[in-house]
Amino acid sequence: MLWVDKYRPKTLDKVLVHQDIAENLKKLVTEQDCPHLLFYGPSGSGKKTLIMAVLRQMFGASADKVKVENKNWKIDAGTRTIDVELTTLSSTHHVEMNPSNAGFQDRYVVQEIIKEMAKNRPIDTKGKKGFKVLVLNEVDKLSREAQHSLRRTMEKYSASCRLILCCNSSSKVTEAVRSRCLNMRINAPTEEEIVKVLEFIGKKEGLQLPPGFASRIAQQSNRSLRRAILSFETCRVQQYPFTNNQAIPPMDWEEYVSEIASSILKEQSPKRLFEVRGKLYELLVNCIPPDIILKRLLYELLKKLDSELKHEISHWAAYYEHRLRLGQKAIFHLEAFVAKFMSIYKGFLIETFG
Amino acid sequence: MAPLLQSSQPWVEKYRPKQVKDVAHQDEVVRVVTNTLETTNCPHMLFYGPPGTGKTTTALAIAHQLFRPELYKSRVLELNASDDRGINVVRTKIKNFAAAAVGSGRQGGYPCPPYKIIILDEADSMTEDAQNALRRTMETYSKVTRFFFICNYISRIIEPLASRCAKFRFKPLTDEVMSSRISYICREEGLNLDSKALSTLSSISQGDLRQAITYLQGAARLFGSSISSKDLIRVSGVIPGEDVQALFSACKSGNFDLAEKEVGSIIAEGYPVSQMLSQLYDMVVEADDVSDEQKAIICKKFAEADKCLVDGAGEYLQLLGVASNTMRALCNMPQEFSFGN
Repeated sequence: MLWVDKYRPKTLDKVLVHQDIAENLKKLVTEQDCPHLLFYGPSGSGKKTLIMAVLRQMFGASADKVKVENKNWKIDAGTRTIDVELTTLSSTHHVEMNPSNAGFQDRYVVQEIIKEMAKNRPIDTKGKKGFKVLVLNEVDKLSREAQHSLRRTMEKYSASCRLILCCNSSSKVTEAVRSRCLNMRINAPTEEEIVKVLEFIGKKEGLQLPPGFASRIAQQSNRSLRRAILSFETCRVQQYPFTNNQAIPPMDWEEYVSEIASSILKEQSPKRLFEVRGKLYELLVNCIPPDIILKRLLYELLKKLDSELKHEISHWAAYYEHRLRLGQKAIFHLEAFVAKFMSIYKGFLIETFG
Repeated sequence: MAPLLQSSQPWVEKYRPKQVKDVAHQDEVVRVVTNTLETTNCPHMLFYGPPGTGKTTTALAIAHQLFRPELYKSRVLELNASDDRGINVVRTKIKNFAAAAVGSGRQGGYPCPPYKIIILDEADSMTEDAQNALRRTMETYSKVTRFFFICNYISRIIEPLASRCAKFRFKPLTDEVMSSRISYICREEGLNLDSKALSTLSSISQGDLRQAITYLQGAARLFGSSISSKDLIRVSGVIPGEDVQALFSACKSGNFDLAEKEVGSIIAEGYPVSQMLSQLYDMVVEADDVSDEQKAIICKKFAEADKCLVDGAGEYLQLLGVASNTMRALCNMPQEFSFGN
């Protein structure tokens, strides 16, 4: 088992970061009623962990027994029937799903599953919770229509079903949905908190940590706890006992992007552009999301530029990222950004050095 | 369905005024509507104004005051944006409902006038076709049916519909009205709110009473009965002033790396960028040491970035773009890039 999963806190009492949020959540859950919740924050900040812990707090250990199901829905939408297939993760008390995977039919999935859940409600035996919980991931990727249809559904079935929504950026969730939920902002853990967690894991695993080692990992992790733990484990596999100046391996795709960046800086020509295209394809084929490539590329380029150029480049990065989102084929926009950069940089070089 | 627990009912519903005269702050509207209720002579009505000012409340209160509870179901049709309201619904459901004739007769203190009411909530999200289909229906059945349209933006209602209605504008609530309503709820719920928290609540909700009550309930659930202004800010998702100030002064400093660091930390803290933009916008507009021309340049970029965010562009890059543009404007760096075009 990976350390990320092994040391994922199972209950709200055991969390190491976000203790105040966990405390609040506990108060919320122990009361009779619980509102709909919306968790938002950057990736690797612990949204999912908190959600699982909340479920456990609500329903006890049985919330952990999940099964994976591949469900098929036949939805009657007036004149035609729509087939939707989706993987869900469910226990007796909750269902978790990723409705954005259903593409443009996400609207029907959301409505249908909530209705189904409302129909076969758990029997309220010992004065326990008379509702089920539906966990929806990536609500920010839901279409506008799906979010609109969610808002009425949320109110109508609130007696039998609670929603826990989880997303990265709450700007993409409509105001109407946001105002119906209790919003929980989960910020990324600070470097000190990451160090604390790493030291905790190190102690549990019985490892000797040289001083400053954990904080170096934390610095490289970009405030993502998941990444910090993963690279910590990678270091452990590569070399143990740790040495004081052991290199922390960067992600291989990041190294690749930084290679691209330096090759762009070295030469600006159509020939180089062609070579870069191959490399970008390589990254895309390996399922690195194009917006992340662009972000990283900008980061690498900014490191080596004059401040005057930085403004211009960050403007164009934002421009092409927007284009990328509107368009279909990522490679065009990535390449356009590279070409734009080359032209600006070349112009700058000629201007300054003649 | 199980009976709803009293506590689980949202306060927005619990404290919704039941009578037209209880609607806060909209004096002209209340006067006209009260008159209507007395004479039971009711035109088609169009309520418009910003969210949380009492439009839906007024419409529902009129309906409840006109008809007795038993008749209510058969006399009032409520449709809002989450119901299907395409052109088909207008042609069938609304038309059928509107066509049925009804009798009159004052019963048990309710006027029960001889017409039915159709409430179209959030009418600005109806398609233009659907609105066009309504035109004739409204006139044909005007003897037995009244339409209430509720919308935020009157410009999205087509002109022919708007001209058939009596228009009522709802204005944003002032701080005093809001505070008095909030403190009433606090007394009812046994909450403890100091005056600073009260003023914070009215400023973050910006005249939207529903928003304010929702924040209040959220904070009460999380932090118990005594609520400080800091708790309210946490619940509302508003970014603390210091963080916005930090970004703004980083932009003023003219140091790109500093601004980049601030942007990174804002993203890592998980603040929504759209919120950040609107707060930064307020700060820029109010700033005294920024010239009008600079403000214009900055605001133009804000508008662009906002559009990009709505289209789903990445938050980090957009905010960085905004920060860099703001910096260029504030430090009088050249906007046009001189080489390489």
